[in-house]
Amino acid sequence: MLFQPAIIALLLASLVGTLMVAASVPFAVRVMRRWDTASGSEAQLEMEKRTYLVSTLLVVVLLSELASLILFVFNADRMSSLFVGAMCAVGTLNVNDFGFPTLYLRIAVFFAASAWLVLNHVDSRGFDYPLVRVKYGALMALAPLMAAAAGVQLAYFLGLRADVIASCCSTLFSGATQVTSDKLAAIAPEASLAGLAVALILVMAAGRRALATGKGAVAYAVLSLVAFVVAMEAVVAAISVYVYELPHHHCPFCILKGEYGHVGYALYLPLFAAAVLGVGGGIAQPAASLASLAEAAPRIMRRCVGSSMAGFALFGAVALWLIVRSHLILIEPERLLSILGGQP
Amino acid sequence: MIHLSDVRKAFNQGKSNEFWALKGIDLSVKAGKVTVFRGPSGSGKTTLLTLVGCLARPTSGRVRLKDRDISGLPERFLTDIRRSTFGFVFQQFNLLKGISALENVMIPAYPLGVDRKELAARAHGLMQSLDIHAKAQSNAEWLSGGEAQRVAIARALINDPEVIIADEPTANLDSERSKQFLGIVETLKASGKTVLMTSHDPLVCDTAVVDHVVSLRDGELVEAR
Amino acid sequence: MRGWLNKQRNLLDFSLSSLSRRRGKTLGMLAVYTAIVFLLASVMLFSHAIRREAATVLAKSPEVLVQRMVAGRHDLIPARHLDAIKGIRGVQSAEGRLWGYLFDPAAAANYTLMVPTNPRIEPGKVVIGDGVVRVRSADPGDLMSFRAHDGSLVQFKVESAISRDSALVSTDLFLVAEEDFRRLFGIAPGLFTDLAISVRNPREVTKIAEKIDAALPDTRIILRDEILRTYESVFDWREGMLLVLLAGSILAFAIFSWEKASGLSAEERREIGILKAVGWETGDVIRLKMLEGLVVSLSAFLVGYLLAYAHVFHFGAGLFEPVLKGWAVLYPKYKLAPFVDELQVATLFFFTVFPYTIATVVPIWRAAIVDPDTVMR
Repeated sequence: MLFQPAIIALLLASLVGTLMVAASVPFAVRVMRRWDTASGSEAQLEMEKRTYLVSTLLVVVLLSELASLILFVFNADRMSSLFVGAMCAVGTLNVNDFGFPTLYLRIAVFFAASAWLVLNHVDSRGFDYPLVRVKYGALMALAPLMAAAAGVQLAYFLGLRADVIASCCSTLFSGATQVTSDKLAAIAPEASLAGLAVALILVMAAGRRALATGKGAVAYAVLSLVAFVVAMEAVVAAISVYVYELPHHHCPFCILKGEYGHVGYALYLPLFAAAVLGVGGGIAQPAASLASLAEAAPRIMRRCVGSSMAGFALFGAVALWLIVRSHLILIEPERLLSILGGQP
Repeated sequence: MIHLSDVRKAFNQGKSNEFWALKGIDLSVKAGKVTVFRGPSGSGKTTLLTLVGCLARPTSGRVRLKDRDISGLPERFLTDIRRSTFGFVFQQFNLLKGISALENVMIPAYPLGVDRKELAARAHGLMQSLDIHAKAQSNAEWLSGGEAQRVAIARALINDPEVIIADEPTANLDSERSKQFLGIVETLKASGKTVLMTSHDPLVCDTAVVDHVVSLRDGELVEAR
Repeated sequence: MRGWLNKQRNLLDFSLSSLSRRRGKTLGMLAVYTAIVFLLASVMLFSHAIRREAATVLAKSPEVLVQRMVAGRHDLIPARHLDAIKGIRGVQSAEGRLWGYLFDPAAAANYTLMVPTNPRIEPGKVVIGDGVVRVRSADPGDLMSFRAHDGSLVQFKVESAISRDSALVSTDLFLVAEEDFRRLFGIAPGLFTDLAISVRNPREVTKIAEKIDAALPDTRIILRDEILRTYESVFDWREGMLLVLLAGSILAFAIFSWEKASGLSAEERREIGILKAVGWETGDVIRLKMLEGLVVSLSAFLVGYLLAYAHVFHFGAGLFEPVLKGWAVLYPKYKLAPFVDELQVATLFFFTVFPYTIATVVPIWRAAIVDPDTVMR
């Protein structure tokens, strides 16, 4: 199965990304040991120049991670025709035990890389490199995470065995494993939508507080991660069902397809951006206690939290629109209204 | 406005060809005056100019600009200070070939995110005041030495800096053009700019417009007046 | 925000002007880059179009095929099996098919003989595929004769040719009437090559196949979905193999871009030094160089992709046919239906822009960290 173009591309991207970050680890160690902002020695100047390389590389890694995340899901969907019983990406990911872990790890890497870039951005606003050690410590943690994601992905692709008819006999009863997405949809649609509404309200409240007082951005970061998980659950359990207008079709991936007007992107892009920016706000706030960032960090935090709130609001609006537009009645309208009543 | 205390600068540090270009300089540069660094080649006057102009960081010692210690600042901030405070006129003029004189003048302002129309208007104004407006659309490599220098001065002024730094400004000019240059320095001084130059040209050092002359030899100060 | 936008615009303007100033180098880079994109895009577009072609053809074929096996070999199936199958619930229709291959010594080629049921062909007439028309230079009205199984001569009058558009598989077709087919091969009435079954509810295909298997133990059952799957993976595999073979060229391209990006001329080095001296920061220079790379990448990608599109869909993919298409003697001449797939474009992007970006990051950084005071040394 390895000789599929998209799989080769994904493996290549993970490998190169991991190598690039891993190659920066020795430098990170040197920074932890030798960094001295006050010194004007050539060794120090050399290190300061090297930081530009690392941050440029991380931008490249982040972009390629984002692209591979989309490519990964795309490819999983496309490959579903190769597996007996697989109807879409969920089926392909369930072909072996490494499918969903790969997806989750990829999302984790995406979050970690964005968090690092926020940290880097905050650090670059301080004239004395106030966070340089934190930053390079975090980089050392990012390397094994990326390696793990690359490894699990390799295991996943190596474990894919398509059922191929040989020309000598029929393979009618090959792998009668039926894979469905039922596991993901264990929660009732009412509960998931109510949970989503509550999570969004909490996020908005925390966001307003953070914007008004400049405090509580860490709580906001945690809440936005929770809201991210709850929102994903709601997409699987309820929102996607409204899109497909089939009561038993729960799938977080098919909404990305052309058949459904690619509406999935309108849901996921704001959601991912909102969660990432929320985490960014949580990273920026503690930095405000450093003298050289006292002015810049709160500004960055406000920008992050503000855009994150906009992202969540957009997600909520798109989700609401999808539900209202749908011809499917999953929950009686009155009850639906009472559940969604408080949603912004 | 600029104060240096015990400033040293080494090249190839830790290697066999280690070389100290400056060996402990204490110096103050006053605002609104014209100062000349004088000395033979290899005396460290250009290195001194790069430290004062935030082009490089000293290996040790302190550089203070208006009471702010800038010697330990990372490049990003040093660049910020440099482009808002200093304008440079290099010995070889260092214009970019293949693009027009006008674009050459505008280049330092690109990273500041200035609106292009506004920027072009400012550049035209500067070129007019320096009397090289006629050459605005010519490519840089077609300009004569005197014209190239005036384009370089316009470029140094595009971000409206407080200090103009010129490295050996008269080395590539005949006496006539050198006098013209000193005339420009006079107008700059009159408009309140601080001017710093390196030179070993007596024509420059002995002009009335020059307020201070600092002499260097082998990386050390020998005389300041 | 406005300032930020202005800055990006200024940088983009300047990067375009730098690219045009170094015209020779830029064009050289563009040519190599475009060639790589063209090569890879041709492979992908071609194999993808073929796969789709096969899928479209198969979509019209029956959902279930039943063949009789004797001693592990495919044998003729008796018509009485049809009744057993029609009795199974969920079967919409079942009919016997007659098909086979015929070697034509005159053309040294194999034809695929089939007996169409709708519309039927009159006895003595034949409808031929585009490839047959070519090798025999046969026109409607011409006569073609073949030796039957017992040595007697069977003559066909060409009625018409199948139009070229209907693609890949129709090229070697030779459509005859049932009587002629049976006479040619000596197949007794009541025997068929295989049975085609269509099913009312696609979800029940597997269930019905199981029932047929239980009722008729001497048969093998082929599902359309499985043929599709086999096609998919065979073509994927071939495309992948070709890409692996082309990996060498991708690597060479990456090395080439590395070399081009790091082999800065003295003039370019001086330029970067000047930019830094007049107030540009390392980050600005990196951004400038990345923008230059982006401009080159996007134009090469666009031009290469369009060229590949033209190559595959308008000029018949002359470069790759032998590798990807297969083994047929009667080589089809046809136009592939144009088709662009997002996944494919995304994959192609990964194979070209990604290696280029990675290969140039370090050289760009190395160029950008020039000390601003170098111009004064």
